Amino acid sequence: MAEKSYLDNIRNFCIIAHIDHGKSTLADRILEQTETVALRDMEEQLLDNMDIERERGITIKARAVRLKYHADNGEDYIFNLIDTPGHVDFNYEVSRSLVACEGAVLIVDASQGIEAQTLANTYLAVENDLEVVPVVNKIDLPSARPQEVKEEIENVIGIEALDAPEISAKMGINIHAVMEEIVNKIPAPKGDIEAPLKALIFDGVYDSYKGVIVYVRVKEGCVKPGDKIRMMASGAEFTVVETGYMGATELVPASGLKAGEVGYITASIKSIGDTKVGDTVTNAQNPADEALPGYREVNPMVFSGIYPADGAKYPDLRDALDKLQLNDASLSFEPESSVALGFGFRCGFLGLLHMEIIQERIEREYNLDIITTAPSVVYKIEMTDGTVRMIDNPTNYPDITLIAQSYEPMVNAHVYSPSEYVGAIMELCQNRRGVFKDMKYIDEKRVDLHYELPLNEIIYDFFDALKSRTRGYASYDYEMIGFAPSKLVKLDIMLNGEVIDALSFIVFADRAYERARKMAEKLKENIPRQLFEIPIQACVGGKIIARETIKALRKDVLAKCYGGDITRKKKLLEKQKEGKKRMRQFGTVEVPQEAFMAVLKLDDD
Amino acid sequence: MLGLYIHVPFCVRKCPYCDFYSEKFSREKSEKFAEAVLRNLARYPVKFDTVYFGGGTPALISGKIAEILREVDYPENAEITVECNPDVVNEKVLAELKNAGVNRLSFGVQSLDENELKALGRLHGTESAKKAILLAHSLGFENISADIMLGVPRQTVKSLEQTIDGLCALPITHVSAYLLKIEPNTPFGKNPPEIPDEDGQAELYLAAVEQLEKRGFSQYEISNFAKNGFESRHNLIYWRAEQYVGIGPAAHSYYNGKRFAVTGNLEEFIENPVQREIVTDENPDKYEEKILLGLRLREGIPLDERIEKRLRLIPREYFRVEKGRVSLTPKGFLVSNQIIAAILG
Repeated sequence: MAEKSYLDNIRNFCIIAHIDHGKSTLADRILEQTETVALRDMEEQLLDNMDIERERGITIKARAVRLKYHADNGEDYIFNLIDTPGHVDFNYEVSRSLVACEGAVLIVDASQGIEAQTLANTYLAVENDLEVVPVVNKIDLPSARPQEVKEEIENVIGIEALDAPEISAKMGINIHAVMEEIVNKIPAPKGDIEAPLKALIFDGVYDSYKGVIVYVRVKEGCVKPGDKIRMMASGAEFTVVETGYMGATELVPASGLKAGEVGYITASIKSIGDTKVGDTVTNAQNPADEALPGYREVNPMVFSGIYPADGAKYPDLRDALDKLQLNDASLSFEPESSVALGFGFRCGFLGLLHMEIIQERIEREYNLDIITTAPSVVYKIEMTDGTVRMIDNPTNYPDITLIAQSYEPMVNAHVYSPSEYVGAIMELCQNRRGVFKDMKYIDEKRVDLHYELPLNEIIYDFFDALKSRTRGYASYDYEMIGFAPSKLVKLDIMLNGEVIDALSFIVFADRAYERARKMAEKLKENIPRQLFEIPIQACVGGKIIARETIKALRKDVLAKCYGGDITRKKKLLEKQKEGKKRMRQFGTVEVPQEAFMAVLKLDDD
Repeated sequence: MLGLYIHVPFCVRKCPYCDFYSEKFSREKSEKFAEAVLRNLARYPVKFDTVYFGGGTPALISGKIAEILREVDYPENAEITVECNPDVVNEKVLAELKNAGVNRLSFGVQSLDENELKALGRLHGTESAKKAILLAHSLGFENISADIMLGVPRQTVKSLEQTIDGLCALPITHVSAYLLKIEPNTPFGKNPPEIPDEDGQAELYLAAVEQLEKRGFSQYEISNFAKNGFESRHNLIYWRAEQYVGIGPAAHSYYNGKRFAVTGNLEEFIENPVQREIVTDENPDKYEEKILLGLRLREGIPLDERIEKRLRLIPREYFRVEKGRVSLTPKGFLVSNQIIAAILG
């Protein structure tokens, strides 16, 4: 029998779930059970500490917390709960968080059953050799069907689930059983404290006093203040200032971190770019032979231009992006300028949700009005001279005569839905140029539809369209599978004969006509009548393929200026001046910001 | 020039499109009202070049108007206007006004089409408007204005022409032609009638301008037309950004460099020793005001560098430049909010 080690009483785990299945609520209950947080400090969903996370009920960035639990067997355990982002945009971050754990608590909603992200995240966990502990949540709901859901878990995922705890995280029912499952089912970490340091970075936050606080799982060896450390992928070296654990509401410094433990390191690191998620921290004097596997550069998938509504706010926008990037290495941006919108930034995001979150944070946390251009994916272009160019901005799309072949990024998408919507989903996927791969029944009523789709077709409004066709019952998930040859063209929009660069986009050739027509219609709806007639033209390679006309304004007058009351006229003028600030002037045409937004949503219904 | 505006907030009943302040007429209140007007008038021991009784329905208190005018200091050639509803005036009322020194009447005719009048909820028929104007003329009023309304329910270019034809056969010197605007806090606002659309209203407006010009009524402001020399001097004070004193609930003033308004509350006006005035603009931007008011006028505004630059964005059919001044064409008047915003924005 081996000697008892400190490792035996550590459990490193995460919680995985489909969105809204109750992950954050369970995390809160676990925190309560371990008395890590005094009740008075309890705020709903403590782990999600950004406003947007709380409102949208999603976890954007992983967080971790260390808890103490006194188990039924009389022993005290250290629980390291690592919260993971649930959305497909953050798949890589999820996978790195998983690698930091030995086990995962899988939550499945007792009435909804298995959903797209349930499966995607479970597969990720299994791939990374995690012990998956299922729990069935929301048993307090009248529509709960825990037995069926357990069978579903066994049949679809293939893990034992018949004894899974039936809980209600919201009502606090049966949480204790979850705690005991964690103790009994999830293996203790392994690791050699004497080996050279290998610590996996799974998250980081920027602190203006301490620099980057790097969240790590120590796999081998140990680290303490004063050690010289090296990031194995980036090569950057630092001297450790502080090590410690993540308390529920604050960081708790400790003398060092050893193999098997989860904690943080600070080392006066100025840039979060030096502490990439997935990288391995080692000791610079006694380095490990090789890094932990699985690190990769995260590349933005979706790009769009972000411009200040008020051109004078350009420096403020830069400042906001700088600050957001401190905590989000996956956000990329570089200055760009548009004839139409002036100075702004070309920003790269992991996906649409990531893009929306960043936009919302800029507007909310930095109080800036912004204009966003249509999101674009990265296209690969083989030029006639044999060179290859990656294009993420329609403005840079080469002249058609210089292109030998263009390629667009493709995804493998799985849609999970009640079977009665199969027809509607297939129609949607076909409209979006999807290639049907296969269809599996999850149970008698639910199917998993597998399609290959161009990423370009799902970044605009695919999820909205899917939801509306399935009354919100369908969920989907996707992964990138590389580039495929495609016929692409650049569509330009002209207002009063002038090309508005910010409205240009790249489109599948056979779709150009339809998109052009919709764009023109949307613009007509969203640009107010002005003093003269405004032709809207959409063209490909100089050829006009759609046209609308905004008729000249006929009447806008305050006919009566009665009894010397000019307050109305002045109010109106102020309102007009205010309105003008939200307008963009193109030559003589004024375009409201809403028009730029509206063309992003070209719903096909 | 200095004008005096007296707001008489009494009506027999309210028209469904009107959002000017008024209360139901009562003899007792009108007496107290006149006393309050006199109290407030005493605060302005100055000579007024024009006096204008608006409302409401000022002709309802013709006797009081005579009392008030006795206390107003004005030169012999002053313009003294009273608004009249055709169905309120009779020989006695008109004679009273004439004797009191009133020399200009403004009749709310609105339309000479029975259908349109009904749609507007007016009490009078087309005949009473004609009769009232003829009567006023026979009693010696030589400066008579008629208000008509454009873009009213059921109106067509043809019915409008008939109204204008009918009016021009009467002894009038001035026409105000206002586009009907549906105001939110009126019966029309709550229950909007069907009115011509934007393009239809524009057609009606342009037709009115053309017809009136043809009959010798020159357009001198967006909504105002006059025979030569009969332009409303009082209203020109507003549009030329000159000063005026307003007395009565909801009356506006521009005096001693400030713009202010009396609260719209008859009770309060009657009770307060001095009417409660709320400053709407402590220090009006004179340049801005001259432009936004001056562009209402045919005479326009003096051209300067800034205006010249902004005008380049505006199609030529909307304005004309003559003798160093810029003014709007009828088409330009129709979109004047936009043009003013383009110049001042």
